[in-house]
Amino acid sequence: MVDTIERSAQVAAPGTPGPRKRRRSRGGLLPYLLLAPAVLFELLIHIVPMAVGVFISLLRLTQFYIHDWRHAPFAGASNYRVALNFDHATGKALLHSMWVTLAYTVLVLAISWLFGMAGAVFTQHTFRGRGLIRTAFLIPYALPMFAAVITWNFMLQRDTGAVNHILVDQLHVVHDRPFWLIGQNSFFSLVVVAVWRQWPFAFLIITAGLQSIRSDLYEAAALDGAGVIGQIRYVTLPMLRPVNRVLILVLFLWTFNDFTTPFTLFGKSAPHQADLISIHIYQSSFVTWNFGTGSAMSVLLLGFLLIVTAIYLSAFRRRDDDYA
Amino acid sequence: MREPTWFRWTRRIGLALLLLFTLLPVYVMITTALKPLGDVQNNFRWWPSHVTVRPFFDMWSTIPLARYFVNSLIVSCVASVASVVVALLAAYPVSRYRFRGRQTFSFVVLSTQMFPGILFLLPLYVIFVDLGNSTGIELYGSRIGLIITYLTFTLPFAIWMLVGYLDSIPRELDEAAMVDGTGPMGAFLRVVIPAATPGIVAVLIYAFMTAWGEVLFASVLTDDSTRTLAVGLQGYATQNSVYWNQIMAASLTVSAPVVIGFLLLQRYLVAGMTAGSIK
Repeated sequence: MVDTIERSAQVAAPGTPGPRKRRRSRGGLLPYLLLAPAVLFELLIHIVPMAVGVFISLLRLTQFYIHDWRHAPFAGASNYRVALNFDHATGKALLHSMWVTLAYTVLVLAISWLFGMAGAVFTQHTFRGRGLIRTAFLIPYALPMFAAVITWNFMLQRDTGAVNHILVDQLHVVHDRPFWLIGQNSFFSLVVVAVWRQWPFAFLIITAGLQSIRSDLYEAAALDGAGVIGQIRYVTLPMLRPVNRVLILVLFLWTFNDFTTPFTLFGKSAPHQADLISIHIYQSSFVTWNFGTGSAMSVLLLGFLLIVTAIYLSAFRRRDDDYA
Repeated sequence: MREPTWFRWTRRIGLALLLLFTLLPVYVMITTALKPLGDVQNNFRWWPSHVTVRPFFDMWSTIPLARYFVNSLIVSCVASVASVVVALLAAYPVSRYRFRGRQTFSFVVLSTQMFPGILFLLPLYVIFVDLGNSTGIELYGSRIGLIITYLTFTLPFAIWMLVGYLDSIPRELDEAAMVDGTGPMGAFLRVVIPAATPGIVAVLIYAFMTAWGEVLFASVLTDDSTRTLAVGLQGYATQNSVYWNQIMAASLTVSAPVVIGFLLLQRYLVAGMTAGSIK
């Protein structure tokens, strides 16, 4: 959804109990009065549109009805049948887009987490210039995403870009100037840009997590003969478990729903090899003006994300129970 | 324990590579903004053939950048201030009262965060167009439509962050104020809000950054006159020639306010953001 830090909102979402407090008063009507504006906006922009979205997915809502959607003919489950008919062009394209998005998400998630972990562990102990390095690491995160991705677009240009200049002219690793924004390479370009953008978030959260690990744990591990690797394996990683659990879920959802990166990098029509799901649905809705099918795809996407999240959370819970 | 030599070098090389990766685009952005047009139409060069600030002047006339800038500024300012006000009003009862529906409210609001934006976009577009046709309230293509959309997007995180912040303010403070004769709202205004200022600032920056950088909804819900920077900047590429030096100058200009704001206030922001994840 919307980029930037809000992903960490989800940090608290899954089943973290609120801090325990002393008795609270009920406050009569006052709480509801104060909540009213927030509830109103949530209803207007989130809840009602979601219900309407499910309804639209049951309509044959094409360009002829777009200005009068309530008179669009009822289509039943046919939009879903079209989207899920993998022998047919629409369903095949959707399935392809799902696979591309999954591969993209797994790669970006894994590399971002690894970079974030490395950056955080490498800056765990004070040294001269640490503050500056940490600030530099956060720059991709502070930059508005569209401005940063436009810069990458320039760097990835075939004839005038920095990437080909480095690879072809300076390092001579490739001979012919490759295209980076079309064809198979576009997928890897997308991954690199997304990692550049996301690893600072992993770095930020892991850095914060490391600060809560008591130093005597490391000392105890060192006394037991653990070296650097041993300390990371037996102290850092286990202690980061709760942080990682949430971080990985947040990064997953964020990457999976990413729209800004492909849209800014490729424009309205992404190359086939880098056809992420959000841009795929966007295109099949606003380019062909077929909102019914687009909505059906969105609902299917939501269902998929809900299932993945539920499995993820319950798997973690079971493993935590085993440890307890 | 002393750091073994191999680890020290792994650390140094690792940090150097990460820095290189992180800063390369920043370097390209800055140096390209200082290049004459000829430099960006031929093979890439690391340094301008001669340093010029012309792109920073030319960029305003290639596309209506000033209009986009004003649009972004209005939308982001109003949306972020409104978001903070609405979120504060909601965070106070969630933090201080135990009322029926409190859990449900928190759960529903937070779970909307995981939903893909595209799910809301199509219906929102249809609803906005429909509202305009049937009631004359033009939300589609207007700044107001975009403002309430962004305001709502930032609400869940804003509320969550502020609840965490208000929870850390001792209840004795507002109780003391209430003993002094102000009602609960008086305590809220005179005691709680001043004590929560760092949290409020953090939420304000977060909401501003979100609105400033949002692309998906801006690309659909705005028209020529209300287009924001996030979408408008792509206009440089549709001209006859691609003015990369001007694009970089414009990117730099539109990034400056948020980056400076973020770096100055990162302490607040990071503290607020990570409070929940490292309990």
